[in-house]
Order: sequence, then structure tokens, then C-alpha cells
Amino acid sequence: MKNFNIKLLLCSFLLSSIMFSQQTPAPVQNEAVTIVGATAHIGNGKVIENSLIIFENGKLTQVLDATTTKMQYRGTIIKADGKHVYPGIIAPNSTLGLVEIDALRQTDDEDEIGEMLPHINSLPAYNAESQVVESMRPNGVLIGEIVPRGGTISGTSSIVQFDAWNWEDAVLKKETGLHINWPNSFKRGRWWLGEPRGMKANETYQEEVLKLKQFFNNSKAYLAGDQKQENLPFKSMESVFSNGKKVFVHVDGEREIVDVIQFKKDQNLKNLVIIGGYDALNVADQIKAENISILAPRPHSLPNQADDDYDYNYKLPKLLADKGLLVGLETSGSMERMSTRNLPFYAGTVVAHGMDKEQALQMITLNNAKILGIDDRLGSLEVGKDATLFISEGDALDMRTNKLTKAFIKGRVLSLETHQTELYHRYSDKYQKEKTE
Amino acid sequence: MKLKLLLYSLILAGFHAQAQDYFPKNDGVKTENTNFTILENAKIHVDPNTLIENGMISMRDGKIVEVGKSINVPKNSIKIDLKGKDVYPSFIEIYSDFGMTKPTKASDGNGQPQYNASREGYYWNDHIRPETNALESFSFSKTDAEKFKKNGFGVVNTHQADGIMRGTGMLVSLNTEGSEGDRILKDKSANFLSFDKSVQSNQSYPTSIMGAMALLRQTYLDASWYANGNTQNKDLALEALNRNKNLPQIFKADNLLDELRADKVGDEFGIQYLIFGSGNEFENIAEVKNSKATYIIPLDFPEAYDLENPFMANNVSLQDMKRWNQAPSNLMQLAKNDIPFILTTYNLKDEKKFRENLLKAISYGLDKNKALAALTTSPAKFLGEENKLGVIKQGAWANLLITSGDIFEEETVLYENWIQGQKTVLENMNTANLEGSYKLKVGAETYDLKVSGKPNSPKAEVKLGDKKVNSKLTYSDTWMQLMLSSLDSTKTEFTRLVAKVGDNPSKILGRAILSNGKETSFTATKTADTSEEDKKKEEDKKKDILPVLPVTFPNMAYGFKELPKQQDLLFKNATVWTNTEKGIMQQTDVLIKNGKISGIGSNLNVGSAKVIDATGKHLTAGIIDEHSHLAASAINEAGHNSTAEVSMEDVIDPTDIDIYRDLAGGVTSIQLLHGSANPIGGQSAILKLKWGTAAKDMIYTNSPKFIKFALGENVKQSNWNSTSRFPQTRMGVEQVFTDYFSRARDYETAKKTGNYRKDLEMETLVEILNGERFVSSHSYVQSEINMLMKVAEDFDFRINTFTHILEGYKVADKMKEHGAGASTFSDWWAYKYEVKDAIPYNAAIMHNAGLTVAINSDDGEMSRRLNQEAAKSVKYGDISEEEAWKFVTLNPAKLLHIDNRVGSIAEGKDGDVVLWSGNPLSIYSKAEKTVIEGTVYFDIEKDKQLREEIAQQKNMITGQMLAAKNGGEKTQPASKKEDQRMTCDTLETY
Repeated sequence: MKNFNIKLLLCSFLLSSIMFSQQTPAPVQNEAVTIVGATAHIGNGKVIENSLIIFENGKLTQVLDATTTKMQYRGTIIKADGKHVYPGIIAPNSTLGLVEIDALRQTDDEDEIGEMLPHINSLPAYNAESQVVESMRPNGVLIGEIVPRGGTISGTSSIVQFDAWNWEDAVLKKETGLHINWPNSFKRGRWWLGEPRGMKANETYQEEVLKLKQFFNNSKAYLAGDQKQENLPFKSMESVFSNGKKVFVHVDGEREIVDVIQFKKDQNLKNLVIIGGYDALNVADQIKAENISILAPRPHSLPNQADDDYDYNYKLPKLLADKGLLVGLETSGSMERMSTRNLPFYAGTVVAHGMDKEQALQMITLNNAKILGIDDRLGSLEVGKDATLFISEGDALDMRTNKLTKAFIKGRVLSLETHQTELYHRYSDKYQKEKTE
Repeated sequence: MKLKLLLYSLILAGFHAQAQDYFPKNDGVKTENTNFTILENAKIHVDPNTLIENGMISMRDGKIVEVGKSINVPKNSIKIDLKGKDVYPSFIEIYSDFGMTKPTKASDGNGQPQYNASREGYYWNDHIRPETNALESFSFSKTDAEKFKKNGFGVVNTHQADGIMRGTGMLVSLNTEGSEGDRILKDKSANFLSFDKSVQSNQSYPTSIMGAMALLRQTYLDASWYANGNTQNKDLALEALNRNKNLPQIFKADNLLDELRADKVGDEFGIQYLIFGSGNEFENIAEVKNSKATYIIPLDFPEAYDLENPFMANNVSLQDMKRWNQAPSNLMQLAKNDIPFILTTYNLKDEKKFRENLLKAISYGLDKNKALAALTTSPAKFLGEENKLGVIKQGAWANLLITSGDIFEEETVLYENWIQGQKTVLENMNTANLEGSYKLKVGAETYDLKVSGKPNSPKAEVKLGDKKVNSKLTYSDTWMQLMLSSLDSTKTEFTRLVAKVGDNPSKILGRAILSNGKETSFTATKTADTSEEDKKKEEDKKKDILPVLPVTFPNMAYGFKELPKQQDLLFKNATVWTNTEKGIMQQTDVLIKNGKISGIGSNLNVGSAKVIDATGKHLTAGIIDEHSHLAASAINEAGHNSTAEVSMEDVIDPTDIDIYRDLAGGVTSIQLLHGSANPIGGQSAILKLKWGTAAKDMIYTNSPKFIKFALGENVKQSNWNSTSRFPQTRMGVEQVFTDYFSRARDYETAKKTGNYRKDLEMETLVEILNGERFVSSHSYVQSEINMLMKVAEDFDFRINTFTHILEGYKVADKMKEHGAGASTFSDWWAYKYEVKDAIPYNAAIMHNAGLTVAINSDDGEMSRRLNQEAAKSVKYGDISEEEAWKFVTLNPAKLLHIDNRVGSIAEGKDGDVVLWSGNPLSIYSKAEKTVIEGTVYFDIEKDKQLREEIAQQKNMITGQMLAAKNGGEKTQPASKKEDQRMTCDTLETY
């Protein structure tokens, strides 16, 4: 017992030591900022080669072409000739802040037990002081939708910004979307029981879909009744039915997508987003007809099958966009949290495989904002929106040139230092001193 | 106990068979039968190459006395007329577990892995069981014997199919009338092996194919050490192995790659295994032929996939579809290429499929004589029974098959299977053939009756006028019964006919019971034999063979129809990243000649080289991944904490699609590393990604020798529930190294005396001590990095490379002093506790400290974008583009000691280059051509063609499969086979 306590103590000491070195969040904007001379990538497909951007009290007040305006500069002036300005990149469907270290169960809060969990909220578990979260900022990823992962209905996501003292300060929009893991008509062989590896038909698929439908129907019936008996899951469905809360369905197969479309019609859901959609191309017209948008699978992932094009995942977002769908990019997959800072490069990859640069940028800014329902405030450099943006020395979608000099959330000047940059300086200095000694 | 029981039953059985002459008899008088049986007027297939028309066979006491056109017929003979019939030697099943009691599975234990053997007095590994004697688990199964007999088999070679070394098998006759005394032809017929562990023990080692291979090698070495009397202790397993080494050695493999691996191990010890194959030998017939082995091939073909549901159909890979299309031609291919083979029914789920598949193989071009040899003379020869079995000659066992004709024709009926002179009737050969058209008169009605099909299972078609009458015909023991339904299908009224059919079925007389219960007689008068036209139609239907798709290399999506050839190439007007003092050269030409870079500059002499316009494009050396787990059938041998004896070169899988995807990302070379389960892992394989070639052809010639070490969480097993193996702490890890290297030093001393037990693990460690093998050590935190360097220094060697090395930036100065290089991830971190201080600036700091730094993948997805991973060093730490590019080319080449051949564009180096659409570090660039030694293995234009071909071929086979299903063939549900994607941490489920 004693031993155990010491271990526990040691463990918590080590863990807490991780959390100390988080950067101090920036204070609110109290002076106007003017950025002049940069190439402004608006986020809606447009570019202003030589721009003038002014923001005050956290809001953009001017976004103009510097060559044709005589607008007075205001407040702090940042000369950014040759540099690039982008709206803050938005990472949807993220588990940032819910897990700190993958292998340590103690730090893992992403996956609750149970099947139908609409009442589970990511926000109270979101660690605003996560070192992984702060490592997003130097790459321009400033906003995230934080999503629980478990069950068939995983729960409810919220949208946060990545520079905050706590989750209350971090939250931009509470309880944004309901996330559903759609059942799969194929399932993996349980090789540990001697079944062959690989996929085979899931005999209980229909049953699993039915359960989901029944849950929705039961929730409706409950909400229509007197609700004398408390039922948290049913109750939490109210915002889906009456307020049109977004429903995000994680689904990849063609058959499943067709079933999801039918589900949307049957349940009369206004806002539905597909996350994944590996086979969505085949049914793009149906998806479009139902006004469903897609968060395409991470471009940096392997094709599902040996027969598939090696570049299928690279080009899929473009092919979906070509079909007229509203497409955003997301980051889930292996090593998803630490790799979310590569989101701009995922967009760059889509460019390499045929997409226009500004449209690819839109997939991680304005499109994501639209899909998450925050485009009134975020996603593009447009007057009236939050001053959540960054300046990069070069093209932010290419790792060679993604070098941030400044970043702002609601006009607040962010620290671009992290636990990682501190270690970088510390050890670079060590060797530098050794050299000069 | 079992043995006693067997002996007892042997004695009992003796009383009611041809009793042994010296056995006492108390139940009556002696009744020995000394009569001869003579088969006459038969077409005798003496062996596949000898035929006697109208021949005779005499037999007595279960053996053949004489065979010939005209032979001596003693007076006490019983004659059987076989006019119009064929006689073949009964078949031999060389591979089975017939009559074996299943081995008892080891209980699960305490949930912790078991590292030590369960047995004493035997070899240290429970999966080595050469002392197993099939006889001890044998009890004759009459039911199973009947199944074999139905298919024409007379003898079965059986064994206990359990373990890596499985012990001896026995040869059993299927004579169901006789006793074990008659049936057991050999109690030790062959020695059996496989790569599969015994179910009777949970001992961990080996957990992988490469471990099983290493174990086999060490066992052979230890057996000869033991045979020379160098061991104090008793080892019953090694004794048995030595005793049985002159028996035929039969190796069961599970797939084509394993077949070749088994052959490789055998060759190293001068043993030519008889290899149990997969049926996919056609996929690499050249390698198979090269093995010089004889193969045992199961007559089992894959079932078509049920592709009716297109959603499901999408999951079936071209590889699996092609195998279905091509597998029936496998035996033809083997025969055509003169690769000897023997056929088996083992693995067949339904024994009725044996004949069906045999005929299918024949229809796909398998030579009939070779098929017969594969069932008779070939297995007999291997079992050393060529004078007794599989042949019809004097002194051989009277194991004979009587058939209605050519045994390899579909309409042929197997009538009788004689085994040791005992007859088993499979079908009555005296049954008159009903085939033909009849006028059937029943009372006042006259029907038209048409009979077709096999003599013993005929089918009837009955018509009244032009209306079809439903009917059912049964025919056995010369009695026929025909049931006719009423024309009015709403009524359940039947007319039943029954008759004894004599020798001449041209007029059949019988009794009819009408639907009203009244009885009358009927006659069926033959009006015509079956027309030739009808026969031909049947024939044509059978011959309808589907077109067989050509084999590609590898035989799957993106495989080559023909391997691409080396050619002289001139890249004109490229931006060339030389990785030499010449730096990045603009508008420069590069000539590759005979696989080597032979010129860099302008106005190079073209000669016969193919000119590639590279204007606006960038040419670089091929990317080299220092840390890869692609192209492998296994990664970790986790059964011991040191596994220096295993080698990744043994388990290369040249059919991994990730090879092709890596080529599409500009990767030309990889170090295939063992995983990180043990402090001392296995030997590496350094490969060129020559997609489509054989495993052995991918390995570098004169490859530098490497071994994987590992430190930290994985080796102390802290991320999975295993607490029984040393080490469990980083303190223990240090001691593992110190211990093994101390032992290696002692081993070397002993080796110098000349009298020593050769130990493959120690041999490898001695190579490390002597600087002949380089270490690439998986490592994360600074304490352990420092530790390993100090241990190495104590033993006077150096750690060549720290791989992963995420805290290398904390001890870069010490590494520099030690002389180690570093191969790291660009930006991975936070996936476990030991990488909480991993930073993306690691590569930059180490580079600035003067280390040779590479960026590696350890991941099948990242490895195809290593150019981008290198570019991250420009972002994180401001490394120049030229230096960053070296992180994935020249620097890994240096770390792997192959920089004299690859890693830069310099005259004399291998022509391993990549043509990029733009700056290779840019996210926007794509590899357009990937060239290895002047051979283009990836071409972005060719890739487009291949995609179309894949779609066409899938479409074509889908049509064939749908047709097969509609034609009533059994199908299997659509499914997607999946290989395990492997990383360092993968503990494969071998």
C-alpha cells in the first residue's frame, strides 16, 4: 500500500510537472493593430496582394487593398511586406485537450463508456493548459472543435480557442454538435479469436442502425411527454430536434452513407455533416441534394485497400469539392492530437493534387467555420469578424515557409513559445555556451 | 498406456483377419485362404508410363503375384472379368492426420507469458518435438478411411500435426477388413516440420516466423553438437532428431513466402524438404523452381466471392480475385515447368471436392500422366515404397482401383478400390447402363422417357405428349424405381413404377402402382441410345474454361506484367540536388548508364540513352528510410529479451503494397528493422524497393550488417500487461546488455579453442563486439541513450545509430563524442510518457552539434512523405534546404554505410534517382519517376495505366464470379483480407 502511494505520488508529481510550463494567455486587446503590406489570404478564396488590415477590440474593422486606399493606420503598426496573413486555422472533429499522453490512461478523457451518450459534453474535460494544445499555435491552428469519441452517439462537442486560462475562457461556442459513430456494415475479424484478419460482413448492422433510430424516436416521444421522470440522454436531444443543433455523423462506406441520408430525411434533421466519407464520391449527388457537407478524411492517411490509387486520400477532398459539396478538412486518425498542427500541410497536400491554393485554404478556414456554424465570427478575414489570424513569413500551407511571426485570437497577441520551443532554446543555448567557453 | 491399448487391439484384431501364422487359435480350426484372385481383360495402368491392354493381374495374400498380357493361372483361382474396364494403382495420401487423437491444448496459465519450457529431459523449447511418434496417438478410424477410399486412396501417411518439429509419421493401409498388424506399413515413415508452434505449450518463443527459422537452425546445430557427445545432459528431443534425420523430411508451410523460407533453412543444413505448398506457386514459379524442392499441393481451390451486392464487392481485392481465377492453373504451371509435385486432400473442407478439383486442374491443362504420378509413383518414391505402392507389379501390395474408363474423365465411375487384396465396392460395376430414350407404357398411357447421367445415378426426363411430367428415378442394386407426378400439379397423385433391370436394359418389365392404388404392369422399350450430339453438348459445357489472367509481379494490384528493365537514361535540363560540394545545380543533365550515374553536366553524350526532358523539374537521389517496417511478414520476435539470432532478411514480404506507395513518394531504399520488443532485437535487412522482384533480390549486395537494439518503455513492457520478463526497469535494461556482451566475450574465447557449441545468438553479438555489425538502437530519453553508449564503450565498440532518439538533443554533445549518428522523427511526440520532451527541433539541434542526422518514418504512411518530413527541419530550426534534403538521402546512407553507393548524385554511384515535379521539399511537389539502378519502378504516367487495368481486370473477374454463382457454384461471402500494418511496437499475432 505504501509502495503504491509513493508510486501514485511520484506519478502525479511527474504529470503535474508537465502542466506548469504552459504559456500565459494573452490579455484582451486594448489597442488597435494595423498590419500593412502583407499578402492577405482572406479564407473565402480571395487574395489581396498588398493589404491593409486593422482590428480593434478583437474585431476586424478594415480589410483593404493597401495600394488603392488612403485609410489611416491605427494603433500598433506591423509592417509585413513580403509576408502572408491568414485567418486562424480551424480544426474540427478534434480531441485536443482531452488526452495529453496517449499511453497514459490517467491523461485520457476522450472515450466515455456506454452506447447512447448525447448528454456527454467534451467541454468540462477540455484541458486548456495542455502542452499539446499550445503546440498548435506556432503553426497557425488557433481554433478547435473538441469532440468526445466513445459509443454510438459519442456526445456533444464545443468550440474553443487555443489560448485560455481554463475551459470557460476557451469556449467560443458551447454544445455545437452531436457526434454519431454510424454502424459499419463491415466489421473487422476478431483475429485474437482465430478469425481471419480483415473485413467481413457485419451481420448485426441493420440491428445497430435500428437501435440508433429507436433512440432518436424514443427521445422525441419523451420530449413530447410531461418529462416527469428525468432522462438525461433523451433530454439532451432537445437541441437537436428543436434548435437544429448540428449532427456530425462519422461514416465512410457507400451503403452507410446512403443510410445516413435516409436517416436525415426520416428524422427531419436540418444540419447534418458527414465526417469521413471515404466512399462519398459514388453518392455525391445524393449528398449534395440533401445539403450535407463533408469533413473529408485526413489527406495524410493510407488508402483503405491495396487496389486504391496511392494518392486517393490526397486528392479526395478536391474530388468531393468538384462535385459541388462543401468540404472541410479534419485531422482524426493515428497520432491525431499532436499531428493537428499539420492541418495547414494537409491543405497543401490537396493543392499538390489539383486544388486551387486559396480554395484549399478555405477548406481549413471558412469551410470549416461554416460546417461548425461559426462563420459569422470566424473563418475569414472579413470586417466584423473576430481578429483571429496570423502572419507567416511565407506560404503557410507549405512546411518550408510556414513560419509564424505573429498570431492573434480576438485581437489578443499570442505567445508563439511552447514547452517545445523552450526546450529548443534551453539546449541550443547549452551547446552555444559550451562552444564559446 | 495408449501404446499398451494399441498392442492389445493389435492382438485382438489378429483373430479375425488373415491371421498371422504363428498366432495361437482357440476359436475354431485354421482357415487360411490360399486361393488366387485373377483380374482379366482389363486395361492395366501399371504406372503413369506403362499400359497393358487386355491384361491380367493375379494376387494372393494381399499382394500382386503376376501382371501381364498372359500370366500363369493356377487351378485354385477365382477369375473376375474386367472387360472394358481400367485398373489403376490405388492412390497414396502423403499428408494427413488420419486417426490422430488431437493433442491436448495447454491451459492458459496465469495470463503472463511463459518463457521457459514445460518439459524436462527434452530440448529447451517445447515446440521442438521430434520425439513425437505418430503411433502413440493413432487409432484407426473406419469412417475416415471410407472417405479416403471413396476418392481412390489405398494408403495414408499420417502424423501428429503439432509443433515446429512434429516428430515421425506413419504409413497406414486403409484395409478396413484387416488388423493393425496388416495396416501399419511403416511406423516411422517421415519426419514432419512446420513453422507453427505446438498447442501443447504456451512457451512464448518463437513469436514470429523469423524466430521459428532461427529456432530450427539452432536446433540442427545443437543436434549435431549433441550427436558428437559434447553434452552431459540427456536430451530426448535431440536424440530423436538425430535418429530420424535419414527419413524423408516433410515441411508444412502456410503460404508461398513461407515455402521459400522453409527451403532456405533446409538448404543451409543440406536438407531438401518435401514442401507442403499453398497452391499459389504459380505466382512466382521461377523462385519455386529454383528451390529444387518437390511440393505437396492440396487439391483445393478458392471459392468465388459472392459479389452480388456491389457494396460488399468493393472490399474484395484484385489479388484475391485473381487467385480465384488463376489457382486452377497452378498444377499445370508446375507440370509445365517440371517442378515435381505430389497431390494431397489435406486442407480440403469437403472431400468430395477432391475429384472435382482434380478434373478441374486437368481441364486447365494438367497432364494426366503427371497427375497420376502425383497420386501414385511420386509419393511412393518419397516414402521409399516405390516397389510396394503406387504401381501394379509383382510383389507390390494389391492396391487397385477399378474404373469404368479413364480416371481423369468426368463420366468415369470408380467401381472398386482393392486394398491389400480386400475389395471395397464403391459403385456396382455390373449395373447396366440405363442411358437412352425409351417408350414407357403404363396402362393406357405411353410416355417418352429419356435417361441420362452416370450409370449409378441416372436422371430421368419424362414427357406425356409435349407436356413435361415431374418424375424421380432411383436405381440401385439392379432395381429401378420411377415415380411420376400427376400432370395436374395441384393434385398430389403419383404413379409408382418398380422393376428389376436385367443385363439388357433395352426392354424393362415391371410393376406399376397407379395413383388410385390399382396395380398393373409397365414396359419401357429402348428406342435410341443417347445421341452423340447430346454427349458433345455435355462435353462442351465442361470444357468451358474461363480465361486465366496473366500473373503479374507481384500478382496483385500495381504488379508488373513484365519486370521493368534497366535502361540508360538521360535527364535533361533538371534542377539537380547533388548532395555533393556541387550543391544544387540549375539546368543540368544527368546520365545514368548501366545502372550507375555516369555523367553530370551539360551536353552529355546521349549514346543510346532514353532522353527525359526534366525542364522545370528537380532531380534528386532516392529517399532512404533508416527506420522502416514495410515489406515484412513479421517485425518482433518477442519470445526472449535478446533475439540477436533472428534476421529480417528471412521475412521480407515483396508483395506489400506499401513498397509501391513508398516508390510513389520517392523512396528507393529502406532499412527493414526488427521491432522494439527486446533490448537486443534482430538483424536488419537493408533493401532497395525493387517492386516486383523476389525478396532476396531486394537485399543490398554485400549488405552492411545491422542489428536493432531497443531501450525504454517497450523493452520493459510498460505499455502492455506483461510483468514476468526481465527487464522491467531501465536498470535491468543496462544489465541485459552487460550480461549478453560478457557472455559474447566468453563465447569468443571458447570459439578460439575450436571446441565450442555454435550459438547463433552469440555469433551475432560477437560480430557487434568486433565492429562487424552495426547497432541501430531505438531510444528516447537521455538517461538510456547515455547508458547504452557507456556500456558499448566498456565493451570497446560504438553505437552506430540511435534511432527515434527524441531526446538526442539533450545529449548531442555526448553522442558526438561517442561517434553515434541519429535518425529521428520530425515532429512526433506525446504518444507515450518517454516522448513528452520530444521536440521538432531535435534534428536541427543534433545537426548543429555536428551529428549525422536522418529523419525516419517507422510508419507506412509517413514513409511515403519523407520529403515533407525533411522540410519540417526548415521550419523547425532553420536548417537550410540543401542540408534538410540530406536528412532523408545522404545522411541515412551514411548511417547505413551505403553512402559509397547511394544518397547523392555523383558519378559512379547507383542510378537511384527521383524526378520531382518541383522542389522536393515542397508540399506541392510530387514524385514523377522513381528509378533504382537505371530501372524505372514508379512512373506517374504508367501508374494511370495500371489503375485502368486494375479496374478492367476487377470488372472482368467480377463478371466471371457472378456467372459462377449463377451457375450454381458455391461462393464465399465478400471479405477483405488485411495484413497487419506494422510499426516498432507491433507484436504480431503469429
